[in-house]
Amino acid sequence: MTESTHSSEGGGQETHEGLVQPAGEHDPTGMASTGGYHLTPSAVVPPSATARGTSDMFGAAFGSDTSGFGGLVEKRAAPVSTPKPYGGWFDEATDALEAAWPGFAEHVLRVVVDRGELTIYVTPESIADVAKTLRDEPNLRFELLSSVSGVDYPAEQTRLHAVYHFTSMTYRRRLRVEVAVTFEDPHVPSVCSVYPTADFQEREAWDMFGIVFDGHPALTRILMPDDWDGHPQRKDYPLGGIPVEYKGASIPPPDERRAYS
Amino acid sequence: MTTTEPLYGAPGRETTEGTVYTVTGGDWDAVVAGAGDDQRMVVNMGPQHPSTHGVLRLVLELEGETVTSARTVIGYLHTGIEKNMEYRNWTQGVTFVTRMDYLAPIFNETAYCLAVEKLLGVEVPERATTIRVLCMELNRIASHLVWLATGGMELGALTAMTNGFRERELVLDCLETITGLRMNHAYVRPGGVAQDLPPGAVEKVRELLKTLEKRVPIVDDLLTGQPIWQKRLQDVAFLDAQGCLALGVTGPILRSAGLAWDLRKTQPYCGYEDYEFDVPTATSSDGWGRFMVRVAEIKESMKIIEQALDRLQPGPVMVQDKKIGWPAQLALGSDGMGQSLDHVKKIMGTSMEALIHHFKLVTEGFRVPAGQVYTAIESPRGELGVHAVSDGGTRPFRVHVREPSFINLQSASAMCEGSLIADAIAAVASIDPVMGGVDR
Repeated sequence: MTESTHSSEGGGQETHEGLVQPAGEHDPTGMASTGGYHLTPSAVVPPSATARGTSDMFGAAFGSDTSGFGGLVEKRAAPVSTPKPYGGWFDEATDALEAAWPGFAEHVLRVVVDRGELTIYVTPESIADVAKTLRDEPNLRFELLSSVSGVDYPAEQTRLHAVYHFTSMTYRRRLRVEVAVTFEDPHVPSVCSVYPTADFQEREAWDMFGIVFDGHPALTRILMPDDWDGHPQRKDYPLGGIPVEYKGASIPPPDERRAYS
Repeated sequence: MTTTEPLYGAPGRETTEGTVYTVTGGDWDAVVAGAGDDQRMVVNMGPQHPSTHGVLRLVLELEGETVTSARTVIGYLHTGIEKNMEYRNWTQGVTFVTRMDYLAPIFNETAYCLAVEKLLGVEVPERATTIRVLCMELNRIASHLVWLATGGMELGALTAMTNGFRERELVLDCLETITGLRMNHAYVRPGGVAQDLPPGAVEKVRELLKTLEKRVPIVDDLLTGQPIWQKRLQDVAFLDAQGCLALGVTGPILRSAGLAWDLRKTQPYCGYEDYEFDVPTATSSDGWGRFMVRVAEIKESMKIIEQALDRLQPGPVMVQDKKIGWPAQLALGSDGMGQSLDHVKKIMGTSMEALIHHFKLVTEGFRVPAGQVYTAIESPRGELGVHAVSDGGTRPFRVHVREPSFINLQSASAMCEGSLIADAIAAVASIDPVMGGVDR
């Protein structure tokens, strides 16, 4: 259950960007095990660096797609960072946040606009301040914290992301704020005091991803049993196979099965 | 072996497995003396209890009959759906999400599919969207009827249960006609719906509406004017709008506190802006208000279904993009619904490209461009949100579902504490949590 296992089994190869490329891209049959760990993080990978950037919708490279559609579909990667102006109300909201929150310049790492959604990446230590500003500032008024969840991006140094979805009922807007921490220091301040609704959700993110929300009133497991070991939704969590009572065979765990993708 | 401090008047001894207390019978005086001055009693209600709305455990701290502290313990129905989805392709994900909130499967499917479609950037055909609206509103009626049935049963109104389940079965019959299954439909798919409405479905739904128009008022007659039902719900489980927002509570609970927040109106999806319906609210912020709101919502859903049936125009029900649309050409054969033999003949005999397409889509599925989206719809219980992350592959990188049952359940403590233990039942019933959704 450490991060050291994540890139060893994937059958991928390290590129100079430090990304692990999927084995399937170099395997025309597509039969090689992908191991599940070749995943390239969204919104972090520059478009030029995505291994899948130029392959078609079926993922075939080197002209091995015999369906006749090879190369017709140009896929795009998620943007790393969006330059101003963002368009729509996004500029208004980010300007309001900048005006109301002195830590904006220091703590906002990136702003991404993708598929009509605004994501603000901030430093972990500032999340409670951001939440309070978003809730209280008259020009923002994000009264509702819709969702808190975790995502594990194994290809990143700060691989554990906590993702917050805010909803403004006054202006009918939605906004995503994301913070990233490492396995070694998975500490994020709790926003429970600002949004009590975060209570169960932060407990779930702790349970599933091992993100420690400092200041949470009772950060205990919520879905798994209290004495459970490990955090199941991390990408390197070992998955069990299923023994079959026939000549000692067993069904391999999902991430070791033959994959077509 | 050492003897330790007696607890609750019982002597204990240390063993390798911890302290073991030997509790024997005795005089009541000794029991009272052993308890000391502390009159608190902690009661574990559930997880197997007919009145906790599923496998929910309530840890209640009681003083007499008054609840001084209530904590909900969940996780008994955790099935790891979010993790499992990461090892199936995007289309197979539907089969998982439909099982989360098992009383609102169509909503789970639609929320998930809207997220996948937003990631893909595809436009769903008009007819598919209308069918989705039709099925969602049918499902909303079924879900609210189950709430009436189980909520009534938990408060002792057994006729509400038999009536509620009877009417719900009629709605499920319609959903079965359309999707093939009563529950866990997996009918809404990324790009559209699995198949078009079968012949006779529209007539059947119209027939259902006629029946419901007669039957829903029966619920009103049975419960609304009934003094016991009123006394069990009025001024019970109070939570005002501010408390709702702080605790993230949405849906009928928020609307019973007077805030007309309904995503179908405030952030329309699936063309809801073109339907005419009202958002029922109440101002009492209690269990009674939630009852009234849900009954009124059943009637509003019937209006929407009526309009959806009128809006149905012939057309495709799956995106025309052959790289995404599921290649099924379903037809009714002698052994039931299955792949059309003509289609099999075509792909096997005459078109290698079609065969390859079929094989690729079915074995590995389509690729979804990298990125993340959040889509939210109004489920019978509130905001059902799906946060879907793609890494560009054929499987979801991460899918998180913001389940309204899970979030709303947090309000149980606020509603129960300080009330009588009997009202705790009414409070949990008025939240309407579905444990399949809470635990996922």
